[in-house]
Amino acid sequence: MNMYDSPEREAKLDQKATKISARNVQVYYGETHALKDVSVDIQDKTVTAFIGPSGCGKSTFLRCINRMNDTIDSCRVEGTILLEGEDIYDRRVDPVQLRAKVGMVFQKPNPFPKSIYDNVAYGPRIHGLARNKAELDDIVERALRRGAIWNEVKDRLQSPGTGLSGGQQQRLCIARAVATEPEVLLMDEPCSALDPIATAQVEELIDELRQDYSVVIVTHSMQQAARVSQKTAFFHLGNLVEFGDTDQIFTRPQDSRTESYITGRIG
Amino acid sequence: MSVGLIALIVLGMAVVGYVIGRSRSLSLAASQDRRLHSLPSYYGQAVALFTAVPALLVLGAWLFVQPIVVETRVSEMIPESAIPEGGALSLVMADVRRIAGGLDALMTSAGLSEGDLARMSAETTNLRERLGGVGVALGSDVSAPVFEAAKAMRAANNAGSLAMTIAVLALALVAGGYMLSRVSPDMRARNISETFVKALLIGASTVAILTTAGIVLSLLSETINFFRMYPATEFFFSTVWNPQFRGGSELGIIPLLWGTFYVSFVALLFAVPIGLMIAIYLSEYASKTVRSLAKPAIEVLAGIPTIVYGLFALITVGPLLRDWLAQPLGLGNSSSSVLTAGLVMGIMLIPFVSSLSDDIINAVPQSLRDGSYGLGATQSETIRQVILPAALPGVVGAVLLAASRAIGETMIVVMGAGAAAKLSLNPLEAMTTVTVKIVSQLTGDTEFASPETLVAFALGLTLFTFTLGLNIVALVIVRKYREQYE
Ligand SMILES: Nc1ncnc2c1ncn2[C@@H]1O[C@H](COP(=O)(O)OP(=O)(O)OP(=O)(O)O)[C@@H](O)[C@H]1O
Ligand SMILES: [Mg+2]
Repeated sequence: MNMYDSPEREAKLDQKATKISARNVQVYYGETHALKDVSVDIQDKTVTAFIGPSGCGKSTFLRCINRMNDTIDSCRVEGTILLEGEDIYDRRVDPVQLRAKVGMVFQKPNPFPKSIYDNVAYGPRIHGLARNKAELDDIVERALRRGAIWNEVKDRLQSPGTGLSGGQQQRLCIARAVATEPEVLLMDEPCSALDPIATAQVEELIDELRQDYSVVIVTHSMQQAARVSQKTAFFHLGNLVEFGDTDQIFTRPQDSRTESYITGRIG
Repeated sequence: MSVGLIALIVLGMAVVGYVIGRSRSLSLAASQDRRLHSLPSYYGQAVALFTAVPALLVLGAWLFVQPIVVETRVSEMIPESAIPEGGALSLVMADVRRIAGGLDALMTSAGLSEGDLARMSAETTNLRERLGGVGVALGSDVSAPVFEAAKAMRAANNAGSLAMTIAVLALALVAGGYMLSRVSPDMRARNISETFVKALLIGASTVAILTTAGIVLSLLSETINFFRMYPATEFFFSTVWNPQFRGGSELGIIPLLWGTFYVSFVALLFAVPIGLMIAIYLSEYASKTVRSLAKPAIEVLAGIPTIVYGLFALITVGPLLRDWLAQPLGLGNSSSSVLTAGLVMGIMLIPFVSSLSDDIINAVPQSLRDGSYGLGATQSETIRQVILPAALPGVVGAVLLAASRAIGETMIVVMGAGAAAKLSLNPLEAMTTVTVKIVSQLTGDTEFASPETLVAFALGLTLFTFTLGLNIVALVIVRKYREQYE
């Protein structure tokens, strides 16, 4: 069913380690079979884009990777997902620890009703990343700069994060996720509420993050996927239809559904 | 004609109006070959409403106004001399009313005509005895002016009723007929019923508002009476509460307010942490099944009548605290104490706090929890650092509502804390609250117009001001919180 090349060969091709390896993942919401038999390898220091029509299971799969689906009662996940060779659904794995390593930016901006500073400092405080106030200030500033929002908020760090505009809130959430220094960053349509300038800044950030981390981004913009990602996965109706190098997916798609989607005929 | 009968006739006319209005609209539409603006039944409704509503309103107003007019007219007929020493005009007027009411019965039983009644005089007939014979017992002999006044009142009442009957029925006929004449396919009959429904709804809310205003005004006027007899500074600043039957009372509100706030404070100290923890457990940790069982079970507490809580305080908690806490510590040996009432009231308030807070915590958007979990926070970190701060204003609102409930509570305090007004810090001593004293001052056997009784109104108004203030603050906070996520 899956049309991509064998992962082993790819890993050899670009000399990058596999960060996340999913095998036969099935997700059910109650009776709904939302994700069907998805197997994929996500590499380290790479940006992987998930594309596909609305409701095809992109967010669902993203949420499997940091076990956010645990918080939904009706949700059931089957199959295995390995993070650096370790099964994250293993009984011994602490989901809290896992989520510190696998950060997430959500589809809708969700700043806490706290000050901008406290929003960003939340993760570092919980995980004890700063030894003193000065260090924490540094972390917050760095994160806000990377989130491309520092210039807009540097004079009002103590005002509430909920008082920002939608796009600013989204960038604040990106800064918040970056501040915990995750190894993998999952971004669910991070730019859907952003103007072209902020989008460009976030894309720059994603490119920068690629130096150290593995980034997975869900997007509805073909251009964005083409611009920022090295690997692209196309989902359709809960299936992973095609996965491969971004260039190849956009220029020589193997599956007719992929082709129809990227040329705008289904979606 | 009796009032009930008039009302029935008017309603009957309305039904007839409905039928005629409906069929008239249909026949007009047919004869003019046009579409009706509204459904036929709306035309019937319009006619029925015009028949019934103004007539019934006039009927109601008449019933209200007539006694007042008649009363003032007749009371002018009573000379000063007819008012007994030490009595009041109102007492004499009460007699007049009863005699006037008894006259009809007297006439039928004795077969008297109107002329006979007019000739009858208080000097020649033993009215007290004869009225007694038809069931109207009087406290004293009937004097001539009183009897004349009674006759005048009866005549005025009879004339008034007749005029009322004619006026109401005529109005029903005229207004209904007017509407019937207006019926035409173009008439916007739907809008008429719409207006009527709106007026009805406005009327209903006005009743509630006017009642509140009326309660406050009556409290206020009696309070003013009280302050005419008793200095306000003494009332608000004296630290002694010592009412006497024979005057010279000291009516300082401070010990009562102290008791009220002390008991409420103890109750909240108990109810708020427990209620909040229940709310957190139910909304964040409990599984669906546990929640669906535990929540109603806790809310049962809210359904227990306060008198039952009072019994529990009196029989169980009070003696328990006395034997195990007060006496061993040498802090007194009274079984009624602030702690008893506070504890039991706290139990009563738990479901208040837990249920409201549970709703509020549940209203915190899931996306905030996701955000926190997504950053690797544990459940309790999420609750402490994200959910509770987000829910805090709402929780404060819930606590304030519980507080105003505690301040107004009476039964538990009487049975748990006693009725002795005292200013003391010792929670194991008996104290009392404003509400308890309102009851005891009003049900005492002192004269109504004495400061000892009227103080109840001043106490009530003070309490009302406090709870109103608390409620307003609570509502403002809760509303502010709502806006945050909308
Ligand atoms: N909490 C949930 N409970 C039940 N069904 C869900 C839930 N979340 C998602 N689903 C279902 O799972 C399927 C996949 O949803 P998902 O959110 O993963 O789509 P998506 O690809 O992210 O879409 P979009 O591009 O619109 O965000 C959908 O059919 C959706 O209805
Ligand atoms: Mg999605």
